[in-house]
This record gives sequence, C-alpha cells and structure tokens, in this order.
Amino acid sequence: MRFQIYRYNPDTDSKPRMQFYDVAMEPTDRMLLDALVRIKMEDDTFAFRRSCREGVCGSDAMNINGKNGLACITKLADLQEPVVIRPLPGLPVIRDLIVDMSQFFKQYHSIKPYVVNDTPPPEKERLQSPEDREELNGLYECILCACCSTSCPSFWWNPDKFVGPAGLLQAYRFIADTRDQTINERLDNLEDPYRLFRCHSIMNCVDVCPKGLNPTKAIGKIKDLLVKRTV
Amino acid sequence: MVRREVSGAHYGLRDWLAQRVTAVVMVVYSVLFVVMLLKLPRFDFPSWKAMWSAPTMRYATLLFLLCLFVHAWIGMRNIVMDYVKPTWLRLTLYSLMILALFAYGAWAVQILWGR
Repeated sequence: MRFQIYRYNPDTDSKPRMQFYDVAMEPTDRMLLDALVRIKMEDDTFAFRRSCREGVCGSDAMNINGKNGLACITKLADLQEPVVIRPLPGLPVIRDLIVDMSQFFKQYHSIKPYVVNDTPPPEKERLQSPEDREELNGLYECILCACCSTSCPSFWWNPDKFVGPAGLLQAYRFIADTRDQTINERLDNLEDPYRLFRCHSIMNCVDVCPKGLNPTKAIGKIKDLLVKRTV
Repeated sequence: MVRREVSGAHYGLRDWLAQRVTAVVMVVYSVLFVVMLLKLPRFDFPSWKAMWSAPTMRYATLLFLLCLFVHAWIGMRNIVMDYVKPTWLRLTLYSLMILALFAYGAWAVQILWGR
C-alpha cells in the first residue's frame, strides 16, 4: 500500500515535508496502525504516538486522508491510496505525527473535570438514580483524543480562549452529574463570548468523533441551561 | 501590561439568543414580503407605491431592518473575534460597525417615510 506521510524533525529539518512509503502488507494487517508500525520497522526515524491499539487510550489521533481519526480503529480497506497522513491540525508539531497537546489539556482542566461536592462523603459511594445516571451516557465515553477540537475552526482561531468541543462535552458531563454541587459556578465559568459562544454548531466535531459522541448536542444543552437560568 | 490570557466576560447568552430571535423575525418578514409581492394587482409603479404607503408595511419593514442590523452586528463581531487579534483594531472595527449600523437605521427611516 502507498502512504504519504508528514515528516518533520525540528532538530534537522528547516521545514516539514511529505514522504512516500510503499509498504508490503500482510493478511493480518487490518488497521492503519498496523501499517504505521510496519513503516516504523522500515524507517525508525518516523515518530508517532500509540498505546492501547484498540481505540481506548486516544494516543494515535491523526489526520487521515483529510479527516481526523484514530489510526488503530481506521480500517485499511476503507482508505483510498495514497493514504495521506498528517498530524492533528492546529496544534504545534513536536516531531512527525506527534503534536503538543498542552493547549488542549489546559482547556480541559479549565472546566474542572471532577465532581465537586462538599458534603461529608457517605460510607460507600455517592449514589445516583438510574435515570440520573442515564444522562451521563454519551458523555463519559470521551477519551480526550482531541480529534474533535482539532477539527474545529473556532478552536484553530482561538485555542487559548475557546474551550473547544472536547472540553465543552466534558463540561456538560459534570454539569449533568447530579452528585456535583457547583452547577452554577460551572455555568458562570462558561458564560463567555469566547469560552462557550465561539461554537457555531458546524458539527465538525460530531463528524470526526471516533467514539461516536455528539459534542454539539452537549453544547446545545449547556446553552439551554443558560437560557433556563436567565429567562 | 502583564502578558496573560484573560477570558470570562460573562456575556454572550443574550447575543446568542438575539441572533436566533432576529433570524425568526427575518424569515417571517421575508415570506410575508414575497406573499405581498405576489398579491399585487399589477407589477407596476403605482401598485408598488401603494404597497409602501401602508403604515403597517413601513413599520414591519423597519422592524425587519432593525432585526437585520442586530443580527449583522452579532455576526460581524463573531467574524472579527475569530480573525482580528489586536485589541485596538478590534475596538476600532466594532465602533465603525456600530456607527455604520446606526447610520443605516436613520437612512432606512428616511427611505421608508420619505416622499
């Protein structure tokens, strides 16, 4: 199979280049990650992140034929050749397909991604009714791979001020959690022309999410709560 | 001034809502306007002039234009927020946009109620 891969080593290269690779595949190679590992065996200067190889850790997010996705759960059979692979758009490149995710995680941390509850903890766990727990489905599954945020033009233009789809999905995950006591502080934190309202619901995030989640819907629910609180 | 990122202006909901409400008003007016045009007895200047002489038409059009200006202000500001980074340039553009929209408002009144 033929691949065209973004290569950049800031120590030796003055600018990034695209490199072609022709790889002889084995019948057992099913996913794009298998091909990347094979390329790495031929050319050990090629750098990328991967860990769980089954779409759970979110390490091998990259831009595959123009669309963000996880290499480990992208089927080779579905890809058109030459397969063009680039790092996630909009983030600083450290080397080849490895990007600096600091800005992404800074936004994630800014929404306080943990339950805040000052009441004394009960003997066992804090309980939720099955109906309340139901609301967290489609939210807690996020693996923070950054496919969504780096496909969002609003995040490209204002990564320092816009929380981004991943951060906002997580924000709603804790807003929706009945065990959390700080819903008003959370809404205060988001009510801002940049932090929340840079989202114009273009749904690139929904299009690319490898876990099939819907950040746009979560963002809509945050806006609904803000309206309910104000009107 | 210290170089730190600042955000958290605690507004935006009202603008977001206003953009949606004004959009609905504009859709309703646009449909009604087309209906009014189709209901004209003849496509000539006297019937066109008669259509605009009705006060309801003038007030409805003014309402539509005000909604358009509010909608345009929010939309244009969104574009500036995305693409224009220096604070001074943003403030200048915002001011120019607001002044232009007020001027357009006055001009609209002059056109609608002029002879």
